[in-house]
Amino acid sequence: MIPAAFDYERVDTVDAAIAALRADEGAKLLAGGHSLLPQMKLRFVMPTKLIDIGRLHDLSYVHEDGGGVAIGALTRYHDLEASETLRQLAPIVASVAGQVGDPQVRHMGTIGGSVAHADPAGDMPSVLLALGATFVATGPGGMREIAAADMFPGLFQSALAGDEVLTEIRVPKTPGGWSYQKFTRRAQDWAVVGVAAVRMNGSANVSLTNMGLTPMRAAGVEEALAGGADPATAAERADEGTAPPSDSFGSDEYRRALAKVLVRRALEEALA
Amino acid sequence: MTHVSVTVNGAMREADVEPRTLLVYFLRETLGLTGTNAGCDTSSCGSCTVLLDGESVKSCTMLAAQADGRELTTIEGMAEGDQLHPLQESFRRNHGLQCGYCTPGMIMAAASYLKENPSPSEGDVRLALEGNLCRCTGYQNIVKSILDAAGSMAGAEA
Amino acid sequence: MATTETFIGQPVLRKEDPELLTGHASYIDNWTMPGMLWMALARPPYVHATIDGIDTTEAASMPGVVGVYTATDFDLAPLPFVWPITEEIKVPVHYPLASDKVRFNGDAVAVVLAETREQALDAAEAVAVTATELPAVIDIEEAAKDEVIVHDDLGTNVVVHWSHGGGGDQSVFDSAPVIVQERYVQPRLIPNAIETRGCLAYGVPPVDEWTLVTATQIPHIAKVTLAGTTGIDEHKLRVIAPDVGGGFGSKLNVYAEEALALALARRLRRPVKWIEGRRENYVATTHGRGVLHDCTLAGTEDGTILGMKFVELADMGAYYQLLTPGIPELGGWVYMGPYDPKAYWFEFKGVVTNTTPTDAYRGAGRPEATYVIERLVDSFARRIGKDPADIRRMNLHPPHEDAQTSIMGLNVDSANYEPLLDKALGLVEYDKLRAEQRDRRERGDRTQLGIGLSTYIEMCGLAPSNILGALRYAAGGWDGATIECLPSGHVIVKTGTSPHGQSHETAWAQIVADGLGVSPDEITVLHGDTHSTPLGMDTYGSRSVAVGGVALHFAVEKIKAKARTIAAHELEVAEDDLEWADGAFRVKGAPDTAKTIPELAVSAWHAHALPAEVEPHLNATAVYDPPNFTWPAGAHVCVVEVDTETGATEIVRYVAVDDCGTIINPMIVEGQVHGGVAQGVAEALYEEAMYDESGNLTTSTMTQYLIPSATEIPAMTTDHSQETPSTTNPLGVKGIGEAGTIAAPPAVVNAVIDAVSHLGVTAIEKPASPERVWRAIQEAKGDGRAGASPGSEGGTS
Repeated sequence: MIPAAFDYERVDTVDAAIAALRADEGAKLLAGGHSLLPQMKLRFVMPTKLIDIGRLHDLSYVHEDGGGVAIGALTRYHDLEASETLRQLAPIVASVAGQVGDPQVRHMGTIGGSVAHADPAGDMPSVLLALGATFVATGPGGMREIAAADMFPGLFQSALAGDEVLTEIRVPKTPGGWSYQKFTRRAQDWAVVGVAAVRMNGSANVSLTNMGLTPMRAAGVEEALAGGADPATAAERADEGTAPPSDSFGSDEYRRALAKVLVRRALEEALA
Repeated sequence: MTHVSVTVNGAMREADVEPRTLLVYFLRETLGLTGTNAGCDTSSCGSCTVLLDGESVKSCTMLAAQADGRELTTIEGMAEGDQLHPLQESFRRNHGLQCGYCTPGMIMAAASYLKENPSPSEGDVRLALEGNLCRCTGYQNIVKSILDAAGSMAGAEA
Repeated sequence: MATTETFIGQPVLRKEDPELLTGHASYIDNWTMPGMLWMALARPPYVHATIDGIDTTEAASMPGVVGVYTATDFDLAPLPFVWPITEEIKVPVHYPLASDKVRFNGDAVAVVLAETREQALDAAEAVAVTATELPAVIDIEEAAKDEVIVHDDLGTNVVVHWSHGGGGDQSVFDSAPVIVQERYVQPRLIPNAIETRGCLAYGVPPVDEWTLVTATQIPHIAKVTLAGTTGIDEHKLRVIAPDVGGGFGSKLNVYAEEALALALARRLRRPVKWIEGRRENYVATTHGRGVLHDCTLAGTEDGTILGMKFVELADMGAYYQLLTPGIPELGGWVYMGPYDPKAYWFEFKGVVTNTTPTDAYRGAGRPEATYVIERLVDSFARRIGKDPADIRRMNLHPPHEDAQTSIMGLNVDSANYEPLLDKALGLVEYDKLRAEQRDRRERGDRTQLGIGLSTYIEMCGLAPSNILGALRYAAGGWDGATIECLPSGHVIVKTGTSPHGQSHETAWAQIVADGLGVSPDEITVLHGDTHSTPLGMDTYGSRSVAVGGVALHFAVEKIKAKARTIAAHELEVAEDDLEWADGAFRVKGAPDTAKTIPELAVSAWHAHALPAEVEPHLNATAVYDPPNFTWPAGAHVCVVEVDTETGATEIVRYVAVDDCGTIINPMIVEGQVHGGVAQGVAEALYEEAMYDESGNLTTSTMTQYLIPSATEIPAMTTDHSQETPSTTNPLGVKGIGEAGTIAAPPAVVNAVIDAVSHLGVTAIEKPASPERVWRAIQEAKGDGRAGASPGSEGGTS
């Protein structure tokens, strides 16, 4: 299929992107396009205009930044996967970037595009949630920071305003224990269930992929760990507060069971 | 309309197209390069894989406009005159194709991958092909072809 | 150039490859013509609904739109259906466009022509249909209740009942010491050739001659039937199959779009092209499988199979396509498997539902049969606590070199099954695996090992025309071959088979090369065009080598008979004084005095000094009607690891031992097995067409319908060292196109069940998804079946 007709504008600056967004309510930003274009080809989404920010090369970077790592929103998965900085300072990001989609997708898809798309089945939003990442949005009034906990308010919804561009993502240095357990039917598929675990402050942050309308932290598990529970015991609380979908990849019940197994395995690996 | 100017297989090509024109149809219908095939609507099958600045991308999930000013290589650009590319040679030698429809995408995906990893294991190759579907070969001879090509390409450089 | 080399049995590299490898193939979407219009179809978003109105006004006014047409704008006959398998069969009338009711998600009601692909698609979306929705029926057992009727004029959804009937002592099914009764469900599959369908119709209007270029397996059958549907004179219709990007049965059909493109090209006097989208393909192109079997095995405690009985319910979909009810019937001749039961029963009912029509999908009836037989045999082995390999071995049919009538009534050409099983077990190191399985079970490992077997036969070489006639199939099963030896030394072969990946250009050249002593490089094989290769019945059912390939053999014999006469004349010897040796006719006792085919082709062409009774030009045509089917066989073993916590299965080893008779090209045979096994693995573990409660296809794109990639499909070990020649034909060939797809699904599913059988699991349905496996384990745990002794396992009676 072919997308419904739309206007197209390629912008050279973030300010131009913001101006273009403000000029057309039906406009959408196009980064790598690997979340948006498939939806448009099936005509599930029909924006009036695409604002191509794919050439804002200034927003493609990974560098150490004080206590953390700063990642430009237009950094491609392929570049995250290959980034020595990430491999050393936040290896879960590099590793998971290499598990998203397939090589062709990773050559085009960007971390910012994935975050803005806010797919609860996306790997990267879940990992960034576990890391407690900070998201930098640039809008008409300048920049603002959004905490991870506030970034994904609903299904396919991010906290970005209609006239904001996600410009940077900051993650803490987490070279220690981590694990991402991605359960798929086929390698190229989205996770049926994914679990990110990152060792932090002697315990672990745990988040869940595709267990509800948004990526979410496994609050029950984290609470149990904080209370001294061992991984197997804590993992039993993996599905607390979740609302997993039932679809052709698995039922609600199965996903809950999977989440428990995968959380246990993730904790065993991250805390080993 | 939007203006698209690209270098395809070493030659400058340009045209004005509707913004919604997907790269695969720009190549096939605007430029007449029908070697790149379209197989699905969803970026799943990889038949349409081409190289964008040397890296594999799915041309059905990209606007022609996104390729403006960049360099593309398609299956038509792999052979040099009558001299087949080592991947094309090894696909033939190892019966790596049957109906041939997925083959251009397989070869382009493999060409990109072998640049990143010139001496892969069988498992590496299988994982590198996760975004390319074939319904005829069961992949066995595709994987064999790519490993064989990696060997002959390494040999040629040594 | 004449040659003394032999090519049959050699891994000759493919003649097809250079174009395909360099991006110069002729797939249908690569065709374009001046003045060409694009066609798109409007498929309203209903599953089952009465059409109240179709408003084409908006669509017709859109940019580039040349016309929008509904059923009332055409005078088309119904689409072809050629296999009314019983006298009583009820046949739904199937027009190219629906006008009264939408009967499945994908039924088209209008067709748009526009100047560009995009404009046609946009306008098709704008066709407004008002309709009254009706309850839909998707499930075959529900449909059989006739609470919702798909075709009001038929009065029932149960449209056909075909019974093979029974043979042998039927009382064993009640009185045998061991009775195993099981029900197996085989979901619908979507064939998924990576190239969707598409066609281009164009013509020479002043003389009313029309050509359809179409991505099809069956240009010859399409020509005859489309002439009927469109009213174009058969001699003024030409059908071309260009390079075709896979078929797997889904292009073994004649579709509405082909008829519509021809009719519209003729009406507008402009070329009309249609290319199917993938989502469209998922609803508008035939599906496969979709059957339910109630099975009974009667046996003894020591493991002898006394009888097997199968009662099947088969999903036809909303209409018949070309062969629909014939598919389960085709399977209906192999329900004895490679075994030797003394009693059998097979019957099936076909049921219409509000779904895409089913039809042939790689194997067509035989995979469905083989799956249930092999599951049942494993259940039997589990029930009596015996090794499934032993049970198979003791029940295999004894070998025979000549044809023997099977208990189901057809003649099996030759058989030698036990060595195949032994070879497979040896290659996989069966005993070692069983030991490792025991160790893992004792340790209670999280990842358990499963070993699954499948011994199979198949019925190929479709088909003797007299048998097809007796089965009420409308056409014959012959095929044609024409060979022309040109004076340049080049040989042109015109075959009636129509390959779409099967390498006929290469294999056919090998057959002719050996026959005529000419290098394959000097042989060009033409195919897939009803003008240049008019004599044919096309490619499906592993028939091509066993019918079309054998036709070549007979054409070669005719060429040689004529060439021998010319050679004797030129060498001034009697014909009996010549022998064919080392690629030439040689004088007995003076082998250097010889004539090659290329030399004789020159003589026949200039015709300066031919014997009186010999016609000029060295050419011959043979039309071959096979006297019998061919019966390949094999043994496959699959080894899996199952994660008992998640239910995930990984195939760690796969061994395929196949006997397809004489092999023309081992490289091609291996490739066919690899691809067939991959499709079988897909069927066993991944693929299933799923519908929501309203009857909409939920696995509607390749992101939900799980075609496995190289990451999921295992490396395979293949062996085809056993070549038991067919007695059906002089080449000894049997066919290999479908073997993998027939053998693999039960091998894989049996392996998955075997991996968790010690936990009490006795059944898991296809596809054995992680969730299905996980559920089976949970249920077994709940039943407290784990640790039960093999003899006491429940669930099978």
